[in-house]
Amino acid sequence: MGTSIVEAIIDGILTGGVYALMAAGLTLIFGVMDIINIAQGIFVVLGAYLSYALSVHAGIDPFLGLLITIPALFVIGLGVEWGFIRRLREGDRTAMSILVTYAVSIIIEGVLNMTFSVNYVQIHAWYVNRSVHILGFYLADIYLFGFAMAAVLLVALYALLYRTRFGASVRAALQDRTAARLVGIDVRRVSTVSFGIGVAVTAAGGMIFGATNAFNASSSYDLISRLLAIVILGGLGSMGGALLSAVFMLVLEDVVAVVWSPIWATAVFFAALVVVLSVRPAGFFGRQVARAQ
Amino acid sequence: MPPVAAARPRLVVAGAWAAFAVLLGLFPVVFTNPTVTTIGVFTLVYMTAAVAWNSFAGYSGYVALGHAVFFGTGAYTMALVSTHWNFAAGYTMFALVPAGGVVAALMAIPFGLIALRTRRHTFVVITIAVFFVVQLLAFNLGFTQGSSGVQVPTPTWGATQYNNSFYYVTLGVLAFALAISAAIRRSRFGLQLLAIRDDEDRARGLGVKVQRVKLLSFMVSAVPVGMVGAIYAFFIGQIFPQFAFDPLFDVTVALMAFFGGLGTLSGPLLGALVLEPIQQYLTLQYSVGSVYLVIYGALFLLVILVMPRGIVPTLAERVAARRERTQAARLVGEDPGVPPVVDVGSPVGASR
Repeated sequence: MGTSIVEAIIDGILTGGVYALMAAGLTLIFGVMDIINIAQGIFVVLGAYLSYALSVHAGIDPFLGLLITIPALFVIGLGVEWGFIRRLREGDRTAMSILVTYAVSIIIEGVLNMTFSVNYVQIHAWYVNRSVHILGFYLADIYLFGFAMAAVLLVALYALLYRTRFGASVRAALQDRTAARLVGIDVRRVSTVSFGIGVAVTAAGGMIFGATNAFNASSSYDLISRLLAIVILGGLGSMGGALLSAVFMLVLEDVVAVVWSPIWATAVFFAALVVVLSVRPAGFFGRQVARAQ
Repeated sequence: MPPVAAARPRLVVAGAWAAFAVLLGLFPVVFTNPTVTTIGVFTLVYMTAAVAWNSFAGYSGYVALGHAVFFGTGAYTMALVSTHWNFAAGYTMFALVPAGGVVAALMAIPFGLIALRTRRHTFVVITIAVFFVVQLLAFNLGFTQGSSGVQVPTPTWGATQYNNSFYYVTLGVLAFALAISAAIRRSRFGLQLLAIRDDEDRARGLGVKVQRVKLLSFMVSAVPVGMVGAIYAFFIGQIFPQFAFDPLFDVTVALMAFFGGLGTLSGPLLGALVLEPIQQYLTLQYSVGSVYLVIYGALFLLVILVMPRGIVPTLAERVAARRERTQAARLVGEDPGVPPVVDVGSPVGASR
């Protein structure tokens, strides 16, 4: 029992890293643009399917394939922002963004169902079903690789946001769109690129998701509800919060699955959100807004 | 939002509602094809749910994406009570419809106490979270019989009359939901909700008991949704957690209200009336291949981009603008002779 709990914690941290990456994209989009991207779930699945197609039809290793899928999703993100999000009026952007991205989501779901059918698939590679034996624990290679990749990309994202001029303008837009515009930042361009980046990270997350789970297009519902729970728990717009709560939630879920039952693990996941929010309505690191409406 | 100059005579509005009621009443008499009447029943179910959802979300500005909880609660109330107490599968089953509404309202108390502490985005997400918790409970609790679902007694009446009974009962619930929604709009309670929508902190400062008002409105909006949930369970004859508590229901209902015009009385009605038959038709037409998802999504995007505020407010504005132009051209300085009436189609609060 003791060993399996420790193993569950390690697994939770490793998968939590991947979820952190996907959630960071969602929270970035929210922070900069004040919109909720419901399509984030289907973008993850789209990323998974792209990696799957590349590895099945072209024999490209999923990790190598990221060089294609990440730019592809970046461009799709730019297109969605330019085509739909930017056309929303200021007043009710948030509510309308939920509807627009949901519409985008069901269109992609339909296209994916037509292209790949609704049968579950999984990405295969030599490391998918292997595991290493370290200090008495069995750790799946794919989890380790996924965690490493997520860590690299998160560091890259951090460097982009905190070490570049572009990052400074993103953070300015994150704090206050109007003020950012006043000091000469092209907020529209920053928004478009941020949306692209926020979507692009799902390609990497999706690849790991597709290698560790059998998936089809409707897996997106489960994904988006988890990702939303993670970013809300961390505090909308807070990157650090997203990281922490992703790891916290996934560890909690894995431990509950071992200690109690896998059936209730998901319920505990959402119950944790409810409990935390009743104590801290803005999440772990959310900015308390004086006048929220 | 510019004020909508409404000068439509009260009589015309009343006449339009009456004509609409007659058309809905005559529908199954004219169209007897069971496929068509089935679509009719589903459309009424969604019209009711959209009107009820709007009576909370549209007036208070709290976009809730968890009303499927109430729909499922109503459905399970119908299914479980009728099977456990061995209800005869006749018209008495419809006695459980109000029970579905009451249980849904009770369900809204803990749900609302948790969710209504938060605002805006957080509120949206927490309603989704609560929804998933409840769906999982339906899957995993003993008395719901989990994923094997619950069989509801099959109605005893004949095939020719099969859909009609459901149709008229649902129509009754729709009338009830509309009456509630209209009554809220005209009441002090409705004004308090609108105040919360416009500025919650100021409303509280002015003495509105915001938590109590929001919770009560949330409960009231749950009642018709629970009732149609109960009808749905009886109509379908068998319920499963994933269909009774369907995440698509949450979004569809919200979409219908947005599509027609959030916060208006007739908007959600119109939104559901347009969207649900299209969805049903597309599902029937393209049952394989998910083409309907693409068409539905594209249609949906188109409407949001062309009429971002929904059909009813956009049309009402155009009509009003045209009337103003013609009146200005016809007469200058003469009494129009028609008292300004609050437009049924205008967004609440915008016309005053």
